[in-house]
Amino acid sequence: MTDLLRFVYFLFIVRPVILIVIGLNVRRANQLPEKGPAVVVANHNSHLDTMVLMTLFGMRRLKDVHPVAAADHFLRNRLMAWFSTKIIGIIPLEREVKGVRRDPLAGICQALDDDKILILFPEGSRGAPEIRDEFKTGIAHVAKRYPEVPFTPVFMHGLGRSLPKGEGILVPFFCDVFIGPPVHWTGKKDTFMQTICDAMNELEAEKEIPRWEPS
Amino acid sequence: MSLFDHLSTEICLTFAAIAGLLLLANVILILRKRADPDRDDTELVLRVRTWWIIVGCFAFMVAVSRTTAVAFLGFVSFLAFKEFLSLIPTRRADHRVLFWAYLAIPFQYCWVAIAWFGMFVIFIPVYMFLGLPTRMVLIGETKGFLRAIGTVQWGLMTTVFSLSHAAMLMMIQPGDSARVPAVWADEASKASGGAALLVLLVLLTQFNDVAQFCWGKTIGKRKVIPKVSPGKTVGGLIGGIASTVALAACVGPWLTFLDLPRSLLAGLIIGVAGFAGDLSISALKRDLGVKDAGHTLPGHGGVLDRVDSLTYTAPLFFHFIYYCYG
Repeated sequence: MTDLLRFVYFLFIVRPVILIVIGLNVRRANQLPEKGPAVVVANHNSHLDTMVLMTLFGMRRLKDVHPVAAADHFLRNRLMAWFSTKIIGIIPLEREVKGVRRDPLAGICQALDDDKILILFPEGSRGAPEIRDEFKTGIAHVAKRYPEVPFTPVFMHGLGRSLPKGEGILVPFFCDVFIGPPVHWTGKKDTFMQTICDAMNELEAEKEIPRWEPS
Repeated sequence: MSLFDHLSTEICLTFAAIAGLLLLANVILILRKRADPDRDDTELVLRVRTWWIIVGCFAFMVAVSRTTAVAFLGFVSFLAFKEFLSLIPTRRADHRVLFWAYLAIPFQYCWVAIAWFGMFVIFIPVYMFLGLPTRMVLIGETKGFLRAIGTVQWGLMTTVFSLSHAAMLMMIQPGDSARVPAVWADEASKASGGAALLVLLVLLTQFNDVAQFCWGKTIGKRKVIPKVSPGKTVGGLIGGIASTVALAACVGPWLTFLDLPRSLLAGLIIGVAGFAGDLSISALKRDLGVKDAGHTLPGHGGVLDRVDSLTYTAPLFFHFIYYCYG
């Protein structure tokens, strides 16, 4: 039942909003993973980021795609928890691990074992709109455990203008989505993070983002 | 076809003729490819294919009803305004102001749909012009105020106010006391007199774009304004305007209730204004350092790239008609 609700929600609400109200300019959509296990890493500006990426995967792959999201934010009450896990299909992640007994990556590992496609925002938070924060190294731990899983970098621009953190009203702006070639575990945490970071910088440099000259 | 029943025969024939022209373009491209297989026509093939979609959507929406045609043009305005805002830098503080600016679009097209001319003609130049800066002031961010409000208002005037005149053409009903008497082909065409004006405007404007482009490629060396648009030559400009006036003279009196002198004048207005509109959007793109305004229409660029001339021709053609027949 919830699977049907999820399908309907994405087909009739998410897709029209993302494709018509927002509007996407996608470069190299064919580089997105065709099937799991796979990870997509993207910069994070807005709640719409997840919706755009899930729209790009299309309805056919919807059942396999799951965003990883902060448990403290998305499970904060029962209604929100139901909506996040059942309709959006998030895999909750404890941002702050209090006890050392539980493996914080257990949910992610389980999903990858189940051949899922995961969406990760390694910045950890939406932060200031359209400003990229440094990626947290959690993805390196995942990559180390799954050296054969591809990590596809995606850079998005525009959604931080449409629905930035702290705003409840959506204002339409076209969204650029640039997808890079997949990256694999390099054998070392530093070089892996550097490879991902370089890939993101390259994607960001593809288009000049409009700013008024400093006055 | 029952869908096209309320449109005059002339309008239906015009759409058929446009389809014929596009078919001709397809055939020429195929023959060219066959004569020279190495030739790269991808851009042109894409452009013609997108033309098919544009003409198809436009004809369909005009054919369904006047309201759907108004809604369709409202959606075009929305896309063009969104493209404009996405191109320019905006201030983070103005999030809510931009939301109000977007709201102007359904209101403006609502005035068109209910044919409330008085509101239609002042809503954006008066109420939005005063309302948006007031909303902006309430936020309290003064740094970059003039630039922020100036750009948003210019965008609204160009992509919403100007374009909505194309939709308003459909509401024109020539009165008995008009300065110039309307010439009707038959009783049946009276019902779609406004739609015929819209079709004439769009046809002449887009034809003018193509004609100026083609004449510019074949004749003329002296550039008109090389700093803004290096492709525009004096020969191309004159050839384009002459072609548009000629087409207006052939089509105008047959398709619409305009007589020959008014048709010639309309052609001249559209030829000159189309050129100016094209240049003004070119200047905007150059200022922002982009080639195309968007990516919505493969082979053309963005919606703004396609309606650039229309933002100038629509209000000028409308007021010319309104003066003569309103």
